[in-house]
Amino acid sequence: MTLPELPYLTIIIFLPVVGALAVVLQQTTAPGRAIKLTAALFSFLPLVLSFILFLAFDSRTTGLQFVEKYPWIPRLGVNYFLAVDGLSLPLVLLTALLGFLAILASWKISLRIKEYFAWLLLLETGVLGVFASLDFLLFFLFWEVELVPMYMLISIWGSGRKVYSATKFVIYTLTGSAFMLVGLLALYFSTGTFDLVEMSQHPIPATVLPATAIFFLIFFAFAVKLPVFPLHTWLPDAHTDAPTAVSVILAGVLLKMGGYAMIRINLGLFPEVISTYAPLLATLGVVNVLYGAAVTLLQQDLKRMIAYSSISHMGYVLLGISALNPVGLTGAALQMFTHGTITGLLFLLVGLVYDKAHTRQIPELGGLSHRMPVIGIVFVVAGLASLGLPTMSGFVAEMLVFLGTFPVWNVATVLAAFGIVLTAGYMLWMLQRSFFGPLNPRHASLADADALERIPLFSLVGVIVIIGVYPAVMTNVIATAIPQLLNRLGG
Amino acid sequence: MTFEDAYRLSPELILGFFAILIVLLDLGVRRKGWLAALTLVGLGASAAWTAVLTAGGWQGTALGDTLAVDNFSLFFKFLFLGAAALVVLASTGYSIRFARFQGEYYALVLTSAAGMMLMASGRELITLYISLELTSLSLYALAGFLKDPRSNEASLKYLLLGAISSAVLLYGMALLLGLTGETHLDAIANALGRMPGANYPVLFLGIIFIVTGFGFKIAAVPFQMWVPDVYEGSPTPVTAYLSVASKAAGFAITLRVFTLALGGPREAADWSLIFAILAVASMTLGNILAIPQANIKRMLGYSSIAQAGYLMVGLATLSDLGRSGIIFFLASYAFTNLGAFIAVIAISHRIDSDLISDYAGMAHRSPLLAGALTFCLISLVGIPPTAGFIAKVYLFNAAVQQGLAWLVIIAVVNSVISAYYYLGVVKAMFMGTPLSLERVTAVRPALAALAVATVGVLVVGILPEPLISIAQAVGRSLIP
Repeated sequence: MTLPELPYLTIIIFLPVVGALAVVLQQTTAPGRAIKLTAALFSFLPLVLSFILFLAFDSRTTGLQFVEKYPWIPRLGVNYFLAVDGLSLPLVLLTALLGFLAILASWKISLRIKEYFAWLLLLETGVLGVFASLDFLLFFLFWEVELVPMYMLISIWGSGRKVYSATKFVIYTLTGSAFMLVGLLALYFSTGTFDLVEMSQHPIPATVLPATAIFFLIFFAFAVKLPVFPLHTWLPDAHTDAPTAVSVILAGVLLKMGGYAMIRINLGLFPEVISTYAPLLATLGVVNVLYGAAVTLLQQDLKRMIAYSSISHMGYVLLGISALNPVGLTGAALQMFTHGTITGLLFLLVGLVYDKAHTRQIPELGGLSHRMPVIGIVFVVAGLASLGLPTMSGFVAEMLVFLGTFPVWNVATVLAAFGIVLTAGYMLWMLQRSFFGPLNPRHASLADADALERIPLFSLVGVIVIIGVYPAVMTNVIATAIPQLLNRLGG
Repeated sequence: MTFEDAYRLSPELILGFFAILIVLLDLGVRRKGWLAALTLVGLGASAAWTAVLTAGGWQGTALGDTLAVDNFSLFFKFLFLGAAALVVLASTGYSIRFARFQGEYYALVLTSAAGMMLMASGRELITLYISLELTSLSLYALAGFLKDPRSNEASLKYLLLGAISSAVLLYGMALLLGLTGETHLDAIANALGRMPGANYPVLFLGIIFIVTGFGFKIAAVPFQMWVPDVYEGSPTPVTAYLSVASKAAGFAITLRVFTLALGGPREAADWSLIFAILAVASMTLGNILAIPQANIKRMLGYSSIAQAGYLMVGLATLSDLGRSGIIFFLASYAFTNLGAFIAVIAISHRIDSDLISDYAGMAHRSPLLAGALTFCLISLVGIPPTAGFIAKVYLFNAAVQQGLAWLVIIAVVNSVISAYYYLGVVKAMFMGTPLSLERVTAVRPALAALAVATVGVLVVGILPEPLISIAQAVGRSLIP
């Protein structure tokens, strides 16, 4: 499929900004519905466009597609350089998808509607930009742009200790990016360019800082984002206190910025360093999986539980990267996409339960599926997908990760596989306690999901099943990015 | 004074002329708004002449080589004139507090601007000292314009500490004169090159004294004691002016003196290291002490100390890139800090309070002012898409190029600390419950000034290339 020549990525990235302006410029008396429709439109168009790009993506060739490259700050050697490859395209699609669903999931917002949708749209632009930028400074710019919208969204529309959680999120991320800035300036000094493709061609010469030091300065920023134990403590707070739609975005795509950047930058630029420290990555991955799962078991709050399970699932991404082979990397990349859809779905469901039952404490729920069968069934589906049931996308991704890592790190793989057992434990236990058994009389009059709420649920279930049954849709695309990433390792 | 001298000095002479004119007209004019307009005309005329000098190839020296009209000084002239113009615009609603002294207020803004312009041009110690005093005396008076106890205290404190720092500076200059027998910067550089090593301790002492004098002007730790009280007590437009123009003038004079006169004998006194240490102290102390502040002017005072710390990272680099980084940073900082202050002037004037807690819910009472202030605060943290982001990347890049990665790490960690208190204001404005539902508005000229500043922050943040190329040309012109 050939497309007319257009700056597709620019359009996709900046449509939400246009939407945000369109929202802000509406009259103060404008009805909430008009604002919501505007926001929905400007997040739906990027989704359509990125789906078209996904269809038009040529998976017979490797390398970058839809390239846009113009000088931006020539005196600093900075380019406006956007492109996607098999690694970033699924994430662009995921962001556009969850961005749109997040707007739908926010339909019942009634507080300061204009501001809310404007910030949500700006947030989407920041994340899309991160995935599509191949100039390190541009990447860094988008990486930072996302902070302010997140801060506002959590601290105004959140719940609980929202201002604390929002501030913690910002300070953690900023600390990470502070070190990333030093690393990226040192890289610029060593290589004379901000171009990530150019940087990845040759080993990084040691000049102002040794390559290993630069590697870890940058890795630190991504490890905060992913998050890697013990830098994860911002995540449960931010997730728990964020409004539903923001949790969806946060777990669905923001964490992936960390995993994506590790593959693109830590692996792409420093293959020599990463192969030295692969055991460290594998260890961190296993710790993440097991620690995350163990802590999840203890949670009473549904949202906190899903948050901790994200930490556990991000461990597989780390583990998949540490294998440094095509299978493991494909698994890591696919895990990011599938986790985005599954956890996005889980957070949507938790949001619905909370909206209706006004509690997220598992012991206070019970027997909900009597009153809300649709939510109950979809929750079961999402839970099974999360624990890696075959025919669901989670299974394929985790299987690939294990297949990739077992030949390299067999002990680590066996340990991490135990995480699946723990996941099954907490998921099934949670489903049992909240949705089955006798109905808690307090919840006798709850309503099920209405039509509008069902759209995001069913569409995500659809994506999860499609990838679970026919993973080649995604893996064929991802596979095109792998040779480039591994070529300096002789893979 | 030759014709050429007059021609090259006209930007300053115009300001002097308008200052006198305003004081005289003040006697007869009832509507003091005319005085503000006349001040703007004076600033505009001066800027126009500066533009003629820039474009017309009239660069050179004046008054027997004591003043340089080069790209460096022309850039700073534009900066000071622009800052003064924005401050005058922002004063329009506020100046009724000065009652019948508005004429003097505008006249002093003009004379201090003239002093700063001379500071950026001076190539000779005595000229530099006199222009610095012209600036300072005007500013001491401006600090006391509210005539309430706090403002009086601010003025007196500024005067006393300023006088001490001037004395120390003069002593440092005297030591240089004694060592070299010269007052002209080029001649000093030559003489220092031939100076025997036995004199190094004296030179070191001289450099320390000069750093002290300039450090006071740029509000670097440990010469910052005056900042919080003076910033709090002064009329807010004067605080804005101090934090931007006076600081920029301090950097202009520091850049010129240290690059031209003291560039050579680094073995005598490694002033790059001195500035690196002052940078660390200023950033760290400024940011940490800003956190507990309840008064927004005090908070911005400490923040300006921290910003001076980032700027001194550029002084420590001793490179062309570092110097252009300082120039770029100063321009972005001028937009950013003036934007923040103009919003603060408008809000605080209306609610009659400088307490951050009284800014609660300002996002409801004035989305425009609160939004603009937030945007400028984000720029001060260094988050894109703002001028502050590019400025930090550019300046820190210069430092990494010179192997100062350790200093950059300290600076970026400091930026994280700063996010905490800047966001505190954002938190109050967006998350706080408004104390009243009365709308907060600003007069048109102030809104225009705010628009100029915030649009500047955004444009420089998105399209920094033109300003970078100017900063590089300006930085290069410093070394003949």
